[in-house]
Amino acid sequence: MTIKSSKKNKNPHTTIHNGVVKKTISIPYFEEGVSAGFPSPAENFMGEEIDLNNILINNPTSTYYVRVFGDSMRGAGIISGDLLIVDRSLEITKNCIVVAHIDGEFTVKRIKKTKKKMYLVAENQTYRDIEITEEMNFELFGVVTHSIHQFT
Amino acid sequence: MIGLVDCNNFYASCERVFNPRLNKKPIIVLSNNDGCVIARSNESKDLGIKMGEPVFKIKEIIRNNNIHVFSSNFSLYGDLSNRVMNTLKSETKAIEVYSIDEAFLDFKDFIDLDRAIKIKSKVQKWTGIPVSIGISFTKTLSKVANQIAKTKREGVCILDNDTVITRLLSNFPIEKLWGIGKNYTRRLKELNILTALDLREAPTSLLRKNFPVSIIRMQKELKGNMVYDLEILKNRKKSICTSRSFGKEINDFNNLKEAVCNFANNCARKLRQENSVCSKVSIFLMTNRFNLTVAQHNPTITMHFDTPTSDSMEIISATSKALRLIYASGFSYKKAGVVLHEIKSNKQIQMSCFDIPKRKKRNKLMKSIDELNSIMGNNKIRFASQGFNEYWQAKRKKLSPSYTTKYEDILKIKI
Repeated sequence: MTIKSSKKNKNPHTTIHNGVVKKTISIPYFEEGVSAGFPSPAENFMGEEIDLNNILINNPTSTYYVRVFGDSMRGAGIISGDLLIVDRSLEITKNCIVVAHIDGEFTVKRIKKTKKKMYLVAENQTYRDIEITEEMNFELFGVVTHSIHQFT
Repeated sequence: MIGLVDCNNFYASCERVFNPRLNKKPIIVLSNNDGCVIARSNESKDLGIKMGEPVFKIKEIIRNNNIHVFSSNFSLYGDLSNRVMNTLKSETKAIEVYSIDEAFLDFKDFIDLDRAIKIKSKVQKWTGIPVSIGISFTKTLSKVANQIAKTKREGVCILDNDTVITRLLSNFPIEKLWGIGKNYTRRLKELNILTALDLREAPTSLLRKNFPVSIIRMQKELKGNMVYDLEILKNRKKSICTSRSFGKEINDFNNLKEAVCNFANNCARKLRQENSVCSKVSIFLMTNRFNLTVAQHNPTITMHFDTPTSDSMEIISATSKALRLIYASGFSYKKAGVVLHEIKSNKQIQMSCFDIPKRKKRNKLMKSIDELNSIMGNNKIRFASQGFNEYWQAKRKKLSPSYTTKYEDILKIKI
């Protein structure tokens, strides 16, 4: 499983974990089990664990998951079947990837702003940019913070 | 100042968060068993659909107006409710969660229109749920303010000016006041008390002669004197109940037993969540009281535990013993329920000398079962008596996905 951060998407920073992202599962960092008689030199470092929830989710109250199908965001590293982590509390920034709905249909695209206009841009050349206009029924759902891709 | 935050048409709004096609369309949400209307979007209200209306009576209106009908999806509503409350808690710690869709907030420090609007927008942004905020000196007045907020475009109303309050109360029908039911309305109207202002100005001696103290308290609150403080600390529940109307009426003992064992286990699980134990369990059965042509039987029974417990096995076995005692064949039961009472903290258990051995081990077992079920889904690990038959399950034909609580149900987007 890889975790890609959309903030650094140009050069995706990839870390490999063999863990599952679930409520209370965390992966032990140090293991006990030192033979009797000699105090473990690692003792002072015990109790620290890597919890993916803490790393991936900044604000649980406003965080939602969605699963995506399709290849329009392949260039951003979002592959069909991936699980996205979406934070509704974040503000749109330049170039962020968002979940939004236009006329009642959900989509995932990158935001591009020029001086006067705003576009939803796919990361796949076969898709055209969508200009967001006044007459459109456009509503932001949230900002995509991570994409989780499963290999096996 | 006290604020009342109320989610607008909460259940209908929840259905819209993950299904924006429903925006501006009429929606209704049905009770357990898809029997009656328990929530309506504004569009459905405008079509004249009443709260509590049996769905079979409005079939035609539903068809002709393309009304979107949903079974109640309490795992979705519960999760979104928690998110709304947590969003509010990020604004102020002093909050009393009053119901699934309402909370009182204490603005001791400072509140003005700007901050109230900011809070409203924050909830909308973080959860997708529209809310209205009413703010005034007391809980009763903040309820009034909230009803006025609902009619305003910005969805916020602050009542802090005596002349304005007096004017608004003079137009506020008595039956719309918080805590005034049909009975009080009738009796107040007999005394020519028709508006909230009439109640506020009525001689206290007259009220004292005719009504219980709650009405006098309400009068004080309408005058702006706080009687009801915020209940911020969550009190331990006095009782825990699980009851359901069945999808189909049940007369078979085994089907009935399966149902009540599930209810008992559900109660026990809730009990453990609160770190509590109980000393008594009651069960009740009901036949269809609306159908007077069938024989009626509505028994109830209570069992005691020598040592207070939260052990599913003990509670289930007491429940099935109890059922055996009150069940009578030949009746069609429509509803059943299990209630746990005499609840206290699991830290203050008085052991009886005949307590079951291995209590510690059993508690550990319960903990493991709860943990596994919280990861793998409710009732993945179950007791044999809960069965798999689920004949008793309510009808929920129009259930939406549990977008936020079930992994298989999360929102799917074609991109």
